[in-house]
Amino acid sequence: MTDTVAIVLDQAPKKRFRLPLEVLLSLVLLGAAALMAAIGTLIAPDATSQSILDALLPPGSPGHLLGTDELGRDVLALTIAGTSSALVGPVIVALGSMLLGILLGTIAGYVRGPVDFLIGRWTDLLFSLPMLLAAIVVAGVFGAGYWMTVVLLIVLFSPSDIRIVRAGVLEQAARPFVEAAQMLSLSKARIMFGQVLPNVSSLIITNAMLNVAFALVAFSSLSFLGVGVPAGSADWGRQLTDGRSIMMDNPAAVLVPALLIIGVACAANLVGDWLGQTMTRTGRV
Amino acid sequence: MTTPLARASRARPLGRMLVVRVLGTVAILLVLSVIVFSMMHLAPGDIVKNLLGNRPSSPEAAAAIRAQYNLDQPLYMQYLIWLGNALSGDFGQSIRMQDSVTNVIGARLPITAALTSVAFVLSIVVAIPLGVQSAVRSGSWIDRFATGFGIVGLSAPTFAVGLVLLYALAFYLPVFPVYGAGSGGLDTLYHLALPGISLALGLGAIILKFTRTAMLRELESDYVTFGRARGLPESQVQRIALRNAAIPIITGASLVLTFLVGGTVLAEATFALPGLGTLLQGSVLFKDIPVVQALTLLVAVVIAVIALLADLAYIFLDPRIRAKEASQ
Repeated sequence: MTDTVAIVLDQAPKKRFRLPLEVLLSLVLLGAAALMAAIGTLIAPDATSQSILDALLPPGSPGHLLGTDELGRDVLALTIAGTSSALVGPVIVALGSMLLGILLGTIAGYVRGPVDFLIGRWTDLLFSLPMLLAAIVVAGVFGAGYWMTVVLLIVLFSPSDIRIVRAGVLEQAARPFVEAAQMLSLSKARIMFGQVLPNVSSLIITNAMLNVAFALVAFSSLSFLGVGVPAGSADWGRQLTDGRSIMMDNPAAVLVPALLIIGVACAANLVGDWLGQTMTRTGRV
Repeated sequence: MTTPLARASRARPLGRMLVVRVLGTVAILLVLSVIVFSMMHLAPGDIVKNLLGNRPSSPEAAAAIRAQYNLDQPLYMQYLIWLGNALSGDFGQSIRMQDSVTNVIGARLPITAALTSVAFVLSIVVAIPLGVQSAVRSGSWIDRFATGFGIVGLSAPTFAVGLVLLYALAFYLPVFPVYGAGSGGLDTLYHLALPGISLALGLGAIILKFTRTAMLRELESDYVTFGRARGLPESQVQRIALRNAAIPIITGASLVLTFLVGGTVLAEATFALPGLGTLLQGSVLFKDIPVVQALTLLVAVVIAVIALLADLAYIFLDPRIRAKEASQ
């Protein structure tokens, strides 16, 4: 025990806080994307307006920096306006799944018993199906719109959050401070959410950041397949479907949103990994 | 309470554990089959109209559908009949293609099997050596390259990678064909190259991560230090370490498979390959529910069986796990 304390003390802030270059770049990219998501529709208010006369202009055409698609929509405006559709959903999915994970994971890990058993089988069931397949089938067969898809993905993403929170809570619940709180006869809810949960928060935040990356991929995959986002709306994934047939005439219609999806997903993943390493020291496999 | 079962379970804990795992898998598959079955009844719209599809809805046709799907029977009987048929390989008629679901799936299976095999071989051949080297030379440029490759492979969606590759290697530099499955043999392999690479990127990233983590752990063990101290050549040390690292790599198989299912749908959609993925996409968009049911159940069974095998492989490959599991 004293040894571990000594080791922990030894590892204490020796190094100055430094932000690795790739994390800095990722944060800049994520910030820019968030800004575009917030004010994109103000910059490009009529991004989805069609004009047959301007159809299929190549990149660099006057007035259309990235050209237009086959419906005459300006690719740059469409991309800017599509940012919020591509990003807001994934962020809400990550937050919603985090909340669900906190609620069910803490209860399962702290209360145990039959509740834990039920929640455990529920996560087993969700884990036994590939997430994307379940999302395609359910959203497609029921014709889910954007917000129903968000709810569906929250449910499908939650098992990993539930398991992570549960494992963290189980580990914390055995510690002396929980016993101390029980001696003070604090209520169960207060111990669970007030005492145990803050000690697991770094795991939760890290996983939420990684979930943003995976939800972005899942969301754009669904809209690429024609599920979840209605045809004709501004959305990066949708742009890829529409732009595939006009790759010869205007490659920017596909390459720009494709590279943006790859870039933002990588950035969110890098930041998540970095948070995992700095906040928990163990990270995830 | 010493029932014969309890006595047997004390005597042969390993056997009991096997039974528990197998029963667990069967239970999950049963629950999933209920969910998949109820899809037909929960889908929006009138069930008879949904099942008729584009066919004219005369009273006779509606009656035929009701008879074919036993819609007049109570729900649990419908489920049991459906499950019985499904277990014997009969999933009914495809609404979109006017053919039996089994035939439709059988016709699409070879392309998907070929695509996933190409991607699997490609990712193993690249990712395992790369993972080993990045663990052995931790911190070197090869490790940094592997980490970057891993991040991109894990985050970039298959279709985005596919479209970028499609533009670069089929339009800009016309090296590979744009779409289609080719005309068999080497031509098919040639057509599967780009979709295979896009799929292998994500797959390889997962395998790379598992390999690197497992190898790093093995290389820190005592036997590696002793092996090196005894003067074993480095290549032999690495071979021994990889053999021990293989166990966690194999148990990662179910995660790999889960990714593969989604990735295949996306890769096939990107390159317009007539496989199971595009079949699923088309059937979902058309609401061809019998096909969707069959595909979902098929995937669930394959994944459950492979996860079970990976679980069992873990127990049989590693005596330490066996001892731990048995003592519980």
